[in-house]
Amino acid sequence: MRAEISIKNTKSKFLDKVEELSEQNIYACYQCGKCSAGCPSISEMDISPSEIIRLVQLGGEEEVLNSKTIWVCASCFTCVTRCPKGVDVAKIMEALRQITLRKNVDYVNPLSIPRETLSQVPQIALVSALRKFSG
Amino acid sequence: MLLLVLSSIGEKAVRNSTKEFAQLTHLPIIPFTHLLDLMKGVKMKISYFPGCTLKTMAKNFEDSALASASSLGIEMVELQRWNCCGTVYSLTSDDLIHQLAPIRDLIRVEEQKDNRVVTLCSMCYNTLKRANKLVQEDKEKLDKLNDLMYREDVKYDGKVKVLHLLEILKNEIGFEQIARKVKIPLKGLKVAPYYGCLLLRPPEVGIDDPENPTILENLLESTGAEVIDYPYKTECCGSYNTVANVDLVVERAYNILRSAINQGAEAIVLSCPLCGFNLDNRQKEIKEKFSDFKNIPIFYFTQLLALSLGLDEKVCRFELNFVDPRPLLESKHLIGGV
Amino acid sequence: MNRIGVFVCHCGLNIAQTVDVEKLANIISDYPGVVYATNYIYMCSDPGQDMIKEIVKEKKLNGVVVACCSPTMHETTFRNTVASVGLNPYRCEIANIREQCSWVHKDKKIATEKAVEIVKATIEKLKLDKSLIPLSVPITKRALVIGGGIAGIQASLDIADSGYEVVLVERNQSIGGHMLQLSETFPTLDCPQCIATPKMVQVGQHPKIKLLAYSEVEEVSGYVGNFKVKIRRKASFVDWNKCTGCGLCVEKCPVRVPSEFNELLVKRKAIYTLFPQAVPNKPVIDSNNCLYLTKGKCRACEKNCLAKAIDFNQKDTFVEEDVGAIVVATGYDLMDKAEIGEYGAGKYKDVINGLQMERLLCPSGPTEGIPHRPSDGKIPKEIVFIQCVGSRDPEHYYPYCSKVCCMYVVKQAMLYKNVVPDGQAYVFYMDIRCDGKGYEEFLQKGMEENKILYLRGRVSKLFKDGDKIKVWGADTLTGRKIEISADMVVLAMAVVPSKGVKELARKLRITADDYGFLTEAHPKLRPVESLTAGYFLAGAAQGPKDIPDVVAQASGAASKVDSLFSQDVLYHEPIIASVDEEVCVGCGNCVDVCAYDAIELDLRTKKAKVNSAVCEGCGACCAACPSGAMQHNNFSKRQIFEMVDAFVR
Ligand SMILES: Cc1cc2nc3c(=O)[nH]c(=O)nc-3n(C[C@H](O)[C@H](O)[C@H](O)COP(=O)(O)OP(=O)(O)OC[C@H]3O[C@@H](n4cnc5c(N)ncnc54)[C@H](O)[C@@H]3O)c2cc1C
Ligand code: SF4
Ligand code: SF4
Repeated sequence: MRAEISIKNTKSKFLDKVEELSEQNIYACYQCGKCSAGCPSISEMDISPSEIIRLVQLGGEEEVLNSKTIWVCASCFTCVTRCPKGVDVAKIMEALRQITLRKNVDYVNPLSIPRETLSQVPQIALVSALRKFSG
Repeated sequence: MLLLVLSSIGEKAVRNSTKEFAQLTHLPIIPFTHLLDLMKGVKMKISYFPGCTLKTMAKNFEDSALASASSLGIEMVELQRWNCCGTVYSLTSDDLIHQLAPIRDLIRVEEQKDNRVVTLCSMCYNTLKRANKLVQEDKEKLDKLNDLMYREDVKYDGKVKVLHLLEILKNEIGFEQIARKVKIPLKGLKVAPYYGCLLLRPPEVGIDDPENPTILENLLESTGAEVIDYPYKTECCGSYNTVANVDLVVERAYNILRSAINQGAEAIVLSCPLCGFNLDNRQKEIKEKFSDFKNIPIFYFTQLLALSLGLDEKVCRFELNFVDPRPLLESKHLIGGV
Repeated sequence: MNRIGVFVCHCGLNIAQTVDVEKLANIISDYPGVVYATNYIYMCSDPGQDMIKEIVKEKKLNGVVVACCSPTMHETTFRNTVASVGLNPYRCEIANIREQCSWVHKDKKIATEKAVEIVKATIEKLKLDKSLIPLSVPITKRALVIGGGIAGIQASLDIADSGYEVVLVERNQSIGGHMLQLSETFPTLDCPQCIATPKMVQVGQHPKIKLLAYSEVEEVSGYVGNFKVKIRRKASFVDWNKCTGCGLCVEKCPVRVPSEFNELLVKRKAIYTLFPQAVPNKPVIDSNNCLYLTKGKCRACEKNCLAKAIDFNQKDTFVEEDVGAIVVATGYDLMDKAEIGEYGAGKYKDVINGLQMERLLCPSGPTEGIPHRPSDGKIPKEIVFIQCVGSRDPEHYYPYCSKVCCMYVVKQAMLYKNVVPDGQAYVFYMDIRCDGKGYEEFLQKGMEENKILYLRGRVSKLFKDGDKIKVWGADTLTGRKIEISADMVVLAMAVVPSKGVKELARKLRITADDYGFLTEAHPKLRPVESLTAGYFLAGAAQGPKDIPDVVAQASGAASKVDSLFSQDVLYHEPIIASVDEEVCVGCGNCVDVCAYDAIELDLRTKKAKVNSAVCEGCGACCAACPSGAMQHNNFSKRQIFEMVDAFVR
């Protein structure tokens, strides 16, 4: 398949929104892949972190927002610590999650969490999971 | 031990040169008022923010921490009122509202006429510290938050210092001093420290070198334990994914534990109740998935500290640990009527 | 009586598009003191200049204003023009109506008004300009070269071959620099020892070169053409005049410490030479490790030296040299791998840097060209190279590209494959920059013939796993996280300026950038000169570069020195500070602010005195002088006030 690139997606509202929410310059990423190389979650991801950023650069809104990756990212800040360009990848992932959550689409519906899990996991896990996965 | 006394009323020049001297010699600076307290046998007091999990699942962390601190001369005074730290720290630019919770907790510290607050849970530490940093660096956001909290009596001024207990042990008590106070050296106990993420990252709020931290190692060495190094000590355990993606956490926890075990660790030592849950309680699921896996006890650092300081074993609340650590401790003659 | 001519240039459309040049000339022709004003499309062209000459003669002008581009472009041109018809060149002024007017404005009306004001102010300045005569100073036709790497060697030989004397100062006991540590050199794979040692020998034997090895520059005073340099000759504890270079002392010394020349891979003695072909080939005693000098006992070398050359009483001595030009060629170092926390912070033996790999691959090196890894001496079967370590990382280390790594990594991987044919080499890279002559072909060969596997991505973390080094990297071309269990890892560490260069730059009063690389006077047009007159730059001291570039730059610097020395006297701009002794109160403010040490306070008369040959005309002293005694020639306070007046009038 040929992916068409035009000013429509490279100068899109989506890109602006990601930059605004994350306060990061998406064009600062020079695609070195160090974030992907160190990401502890990558085996569960369908698109690697550096590719997510690449797709944002290309304006690939659908692909990025439908990826598993943004939900698997656990904000561990390994990439943030090592990125040679100082790109806060965790903030970009958060921006992508927020764009979805703010459309009132929960990734994890609080009501769907099994009673057993609720009684088992520590509060801190529940609070943070709901902060990350529901709007 | 030599102490440097920093008087808050002394000449500025004297204070500065004292500071320089302290940096050169790595001597701890003890504020004058604290020294007075020490002389009177009064403990160093510091406001303490527990956070939700320390009051419930991680009671073993809290009890052992309070008791150890106390025996080292630190009185951790729980905030009279506190609320959720707001976990996790908000990463988007426009949801200032999520900074209300942590900043409100810092107002509580000021209400208690203190300018420092100590935490135990890594997540609370990270959230409070980052929120604090945000408003310290952005006056506009601070003002907006104060406006939103117009019903508070105290306006937050950004002056509170957020600390983790490990920092106080290192910088204000000193590991050498701790070593001197150790009554039951943890000889022969092979422990692997686990830092996880939020004590170290992002680096601007971390308590140690983000790649090669040593603070837990140094503390554990001062208790007489044998410290094991392994490459996964700063790798993420999967964090809150434990709620909706257990498989992921199981996989990660397994890798971390296996790496430590391969290096000869008999136990893991950590400082976060969420990491604790993932590495300890999730061993049930790990065992189901990886048949070769053998359980390994997980300690909060304060449990081992309390033990080495010769405190009553009860403060460690070992019964709350998922993998029972007592057989290991007994085998090393560290508990059970030595 | 002022007879001033004003010449307004269109600069094609550069000026004329925004400034009404016709109108400007018209208005100005009525200005007091102006006897003639005109405009022309290109004043700097031959017809333009001829016109100026004609009018100067015809109208008997005693001052000229050219309203055109910045004085940095054509001030010299027009001053020479008027000088050729007998007018003092300092009676010609430039009114900059391009950079400071037409280029920065759009509205023609406003721009024209501003241009009128600029020209008027310039006329007011010109009215008070004195006719000045450049100072002439003699030149000492001897050069100092600091640093004896391939850059310093080449520069010294070129200057000496042109017939001028050279003093070459090298801080090690031998010249050669990093080139002598290399295995083979890209892209032709010739052995650096073979191609560099003849040049080293030439330096040692050249009648015009005075080689001061094991020496450092202590102090420099003076100015272009007339520097005085104090050089510290470090105590070697060996009388080099008596030493026959037999090497018996080295053999008998019981001390073993890591060898810097071999990048700490093997040990050397406390008394040692750098390498067999060293020039000069004389030993020195390392006073930090010598048993006698640290603990007071041993003297094994002394007992065994038949020539009685060992002299434990030797002290540092100083020599002074007069030179007219200085070439700085202090080279580079590699960033310390201990600074990279995620790559093990220097604690893994089998994670080495590029220069260590050079030593392991060098046929005359400690492993005779077959790499054995440092931890257990095994020959690595899988070897990972990581490029850009510390380079191109503005967040943590250095933002710049180290320039030589792409090429030496291909070279090292190739040489490795030649000696370990059943081994595999992997290279993690971000971009491959092989842009020299024959370089791309060299890279292609490495990939195709030596099957070097290039992986596009940075490495995030290294750690020890049994006797392997685990490498966590990425291949961004497939989007995969890559894990390799390597036997050895080579880090292409960032190239940084050699140690101590910032202090040296301060002593020499030349500038260095944030990292310590010496700054050239102009990045394109004056690449081998420093901004401070009389200093020239050569080699990696100015920025990372490979041997072909280093040698070209060194020859460039040498030819600049030659052209300086081809003059008999130097002319020094007379636009400098001067003191009105009657007004000077002797406060000394000017002495403190002068960056060039050009002012002295006469202790007897309590008056400041400017050394006109040293003054660079920066004006700092004039601003600092509270009494107004210190004035700049043709930039006096009165002139400035008149100019301001012209603007606000
Ligand atoms: C791993 C590696 C492999 C390389 N391989 C190649 C290759 O195959 N081909 C190639 O073309 N290039 C190669 N290069 C680049 C090459 O090494 C440099 O281009 C060249 O050596 C630079 O020469 P230089 O004289 O400028 O600096 P240096 O070689 O660094 O020489 C500087 C000299 O100045 C002396 N000095 C420093 N400070 C002072 C002071 N204050 N006073 C007195 N003396 C001082 C030093 O002791 C030294 O002798 C390689 C570089 C590296 C890192
Ligand atoms: S580490 Fe930084 S620069 Fe490299 S790919 Fe990831 S975000 Fe981009
Ligand atoms: S005196 Fe020093 S240099 Fe000489 S042999 Fe002994 S240790 Fe070596």
